[in-house]
Amino acid sequence: MSTPSPLHEVHAELGASFTDFAGWNMPVRYSSELAEHRAVREAAGLFDLSHMGEIEITGPEAAQVLDYALIGKLSAVKVGRARYSMLCAEDGGVLDDLVTYRLGEERYLVVANAANVGVVASALVERAEKFDAVVTDRSTEYALIAVQGPKSADIVRAVSDADLESLRYYASMPATVNGIDLLLARTGYTGEDGFELYCAPDQAQQVWRTLEAAGEPHGLLPAGLACRDTLRLEAGMPLYGHELSAQLTPFDAGFDRLVKFEKEGDFVGRAALAERAKQQPSRVLVGLTGTGRRAPRAGYAVLGPDGTTEIGEITSGALSPTLGYPIAMAYVSAECREPGTSLYVDVRGKALPVEVVALPFYQRS
Amino acid sequence: MDIPEHLKYTEEHEWLALDGDVATVGVTDFAQDSLGDIVFVELPDQGDDVTAGEPCGELESTKSVSELYAPVTGEVVAVNEAIRDTPELVSSDPYGEGWLFRVRVGELPDLLDAAEYAETIKE
Repeated sequence: MSTPSPLHEVHAELGASFTDFAGWNMPVRYSSELAEHRAVREAAGLFDLSHMGEIEITGPEAAQVLDYALIGKLSAVKVGRARYSMLCAEDGGVLDDLVTYRLGEERYLVVANAANVGVVASALVERAEKFDAVVTDRSTEYALIAVQGPKSADIVRAVSDADLESLRYYASMPATVNGIDLLLARTGYTGEDGFELYCAPDQAQQVWRTLEAAGEPHGLLPAGLACRDTLRLEAGMPLYGHELSAQLTPFDAGFDRLVKFEKEGDFVGRAALAERAKQQPSRVLVGLTGTGRRAPRAGYAVLGPDGTTEIGEITSGALSPTLGYPIAMAYVSAECREPGTSLYVDVRGKALPVEVVALPFYQRS
Repeated sequence: MDIPEHLKYTEEHEWLALDGDVATVGVTDFAQDSLGDIVFVELPDQGDDVTAGEPCGELESTKSVSELYAPVTGEVVAVNEAIRDTPELVSSDPYGEGWLFRVRVGELPDLLDAAEYAETIKE
């Protein structure tokens, strides 16, 4: 049986449709994922992300643990700031992509994808062995609620004591919402301004209802995982299991900038990644756009300019709710990576024309 | 879940409204609700012969692609052209403006009545 979210009752009251996701039973939509998607682009959406995993690293060498365990330089992150990074295997394959918050000089919180929490937690425990630091999986101690969209700051401001002017993007601060202590972060996965609130599971319902009430006059809608996927796709953000996997390195996915070779000391995957950095990748991640309404989907073959030779594979695709045309991400032969290149996608036996474009598909103004 | 009494149903979540030997075909409220917002529908063309139980089109939602099965064998005598540009009609009004196509039926296969169909979607 899949785990219900601490907010399950609230979702059921709202009439949500549920889906099993990485062992969790989560809302996929409340009424219409297109309406929810639009609400996030134009007003705000309220998400339950309690399936995400939270792993805490504390101790005098907490920073050194993360510099060794991740490809980024987490010791350089200032207290109160956050960083997007990846956990790689010795061979350079991506085990997860993560957001890490530095909560104190000797305290970090690593947020992992639901499906990878076990892998990340055990890798961090193992990689922390030589260091004076403690790794604790705190996933069951946190519910996670996100408010995303152009109105999200107005909504959070209305219910919280936090000084949002001083809370920059990719930063966090302790705050109270309706008297409840929580961690307020300005992060997200939608391409909009937004906030993520980490609170105790038994207080999650109260936080949710407070935000929902404050958001209503602003046009906020509860939003499910279906629109979260189309929102992140429009924003060109990777989803683990689609654009990222243990068979791919950060370089394949175009995340060269995340690999901090200049940091001191060894880190897991350094040798393999250094080798990998010298080579030209044979396949690279690109954006594709099409015409009409029919979208390429994950797993479909990408065909070359001749319309017959297979040169890649779609990793994610949908009819973009915001743009009105099909968008997709795909791994394609490096020689086909240039924006403007005309390719085809095999959509169930029909070669549909697509064009390579630069990511993201959508950027907030 | 809305399951009108006067219609016939298939286990593939289609409904039929019989008028003489012409059957109007659509997908059920349950089907559209499970699929999410419908964003693209591929229908057979007028004049096509369709075979009961065989795929004759596709329904795409934001998240998934599903085959549309012909619930009966016969010739397609009309298709709902409005669906091509406004596929959301399938989501908003599955038993009305969201109808898909009409078939001139020869022999009718076994179909479910509303109560039997309700039984199949219970869990």
